[in-house]
Amino acid sequence: MIGLSHYLTVAAILFTLGVLGIFINRKNVIVILMSVELILLAVNINLVAFSTHLNDITGQVFALFVLTVAAAEAAIGLAILVVFFRNRGSIAVEDVSMMKG
Amino acid sequence: MTAAHSVLPTLAPLLPELILGVGVLVLILYGAFRGERSVEGVNVGALLLLVLAFFVVVAQPAGMKVTTLSGAFISDAFSRVMKGLVLLGSAAAILLSRDYFQRARIDRFEFPVLIVLCTIGMMVMASANDLIALYLGLELTSLASYVIAAFHRDDLKSTEAGLKYFVLGALSSGMLLYGASLVYGFTGTVSFPGIVSALHGETAGLGIVLGIVFVAAGVAFKMSAVPFHMWTPDVYEGSPTPVTAFFASAPKMAAVAMTVRVFIGAFPDVTAIWQQIIIFVAIASMALGSFAAIGQRNIKRLMAYSSIGNIGYALIGLAAGSEEGIRGVVIYMIIYLAMTLGAFAIILSMRRRNEMFETIDDLSGLSRTHPVLAFCLAAMMFSLAGIPPLAGFFAKFYVFAAAIKAGLVTLAVIGVVTSVVGAYYYLRIVKVMYFDEARAPYERMAPGLRIVLAISSVVVILFWLLPAPLVGAAGAAAKSLF
Repeated sequence: MIGLSHYLTVAAILFTLGVLGIFINRKNVIVILMSVELILLAVNINLVAFSTHLNDITGQVFALFVLTVAAAEAAIGLAILVVFFRNRGSIAVEDVSMMKG
Repeated sequence: MTAAHSVLPTLAPLLPELILGVGVLVLILYGAFRGERSVEGVNVGALLLLVLAFFVVVAQPAGMKVTTLSGAFISDAFSRVMKGLVLLGSAAAILLSRDYFQRARIDRFEFPVLIVLCTIGMMVMASANDLIALYLGLELTSLASYVIAAFHRDDLKSTEAGLKYFVLGALSSGMLLYGASLVYGFTGTVSFPGIVSALHGETAGLGIVLGIVFVAAGVAFKMSAVPFHMWTPDVYEGSPTPVTAFFASAPKMAAVAMTVRVFIGAFPDVTAIWQQIIIFVAIASMALGSFAAIGQRNIKRLMAYSSIGNIGYALIGLAAGSEEGIRGVVIYMIIYLAMTLGAFAIILSMRRRNEMFETIDDLSGLSRTHPVLAFCLAAMMFSLAGIPPLAGFFAKFYVFAAAIKAGLVTLAVIGVVTSVVGAYYYLRIVKVMYFDEARAPYERMAPGLRIVLAISSVVVILFWLLPAPLVGAAGAAAKSLF
């Protein structure tokens, strides 16, 4: 029987993968955007699992809000990435390094 | 009448947000139809909207404490004071930006629109009474902030700042959300009063502890507190200077308001858990803010480290966890707003023939070329260093006094020591201005800069003459939380 703890474990693994993806990834900024989505989806699994477990609709409402905001966030992220690419001619993570210290 | 009530929530407490929300839509339409010619009009319109919202916030009845939107939104003395500060910071950002953007040839109508949108988000953050409202306010603020960080879109530094801010901001929102989902799961509710009653008299389990830690990480990022400060210097340096001034002022108010609201409003019964986190964050922020700033030559980067340190001092008041501590936090934020805006008004006036200067060496001999400017900046720096009788001394005094009363003597001592270290780099600026070789004079200050500098200088220099109104407002704000 698949219970709440299984869902929470999957979400925790996805969340960790997302965070690691942001910090370990040295190649491409797009991968970072994907990792961010992974984090938000982990949160959604958590919210929906809790919502079913508690028999309370609020968690699912919260998940819908998260989905909507995630879409807006991705749009803005890609737009900023495009203007950065125009200026720098590259979207490699190591090239996002003009300012240091 | 009763039927209408059950469908439509009470909207009166939302009036300032509604004014801004409807107003900003009108401004977008006006800008979209008139194109480039609308810039002046949209700027004036946004400024008027912010001022109008400020007066509506001030005019709301003093003792009022109401919730609306099914308890998701609360309007009390605390939210009103913090909203007032946010609105002042945003209005100042528009005043500071005008001249700079015109000369950089990036004066577009989107900037005031984004500032107003960001302000709505910050006001929701200050008034959030459940986790969903908190998240939505935070995201509205953040999304608008990412765009204005990259506002100079043909400039590599500015777009890099926007990209860095976006990546780390999205990560921190994710952490905050993950914490929020755990808190929801283990208490069964998202509303702050609901969380309080769910945790009342219980020992907090691992789920709650993890939830609080993740939420704390998320809010620490938004306040740019150590160990989640790494974006701050880069974003402050890369963004156009008026945007930096904005980031250092209004969003800090909202982030601190949100932090206080979450910890005091939702987790008052599990103080032991978050107090340790806040104490650690406060000490680390104060230490980093003072030591890392010493080697900086770019004044925008210096202000970034200064803001990290200042958040550390403000958090001392929150760590105390008492009504007096929160009063200290609010006073600290009021005075911090004045000091920061004043300092940035002067940084923005360092310009010769359309070229901006932003290193500390460019300030050398300012006392001979611009005596008034040098005097004002010296006052800001002495105040940031915490030297009486300037306002910064009182800001620190109230938080340290609250910490000592709450038994956190070590924390207060560390605060005093780091503020002595911090005084070194603030006073170095004064030394450069007064004792170094004079350089060619800068151009005349723009009117917007003069207004902001005059008001903040008056607050910083003359605070000791009449502290009662500000301290009283802060006291009422703190009282409404307990």
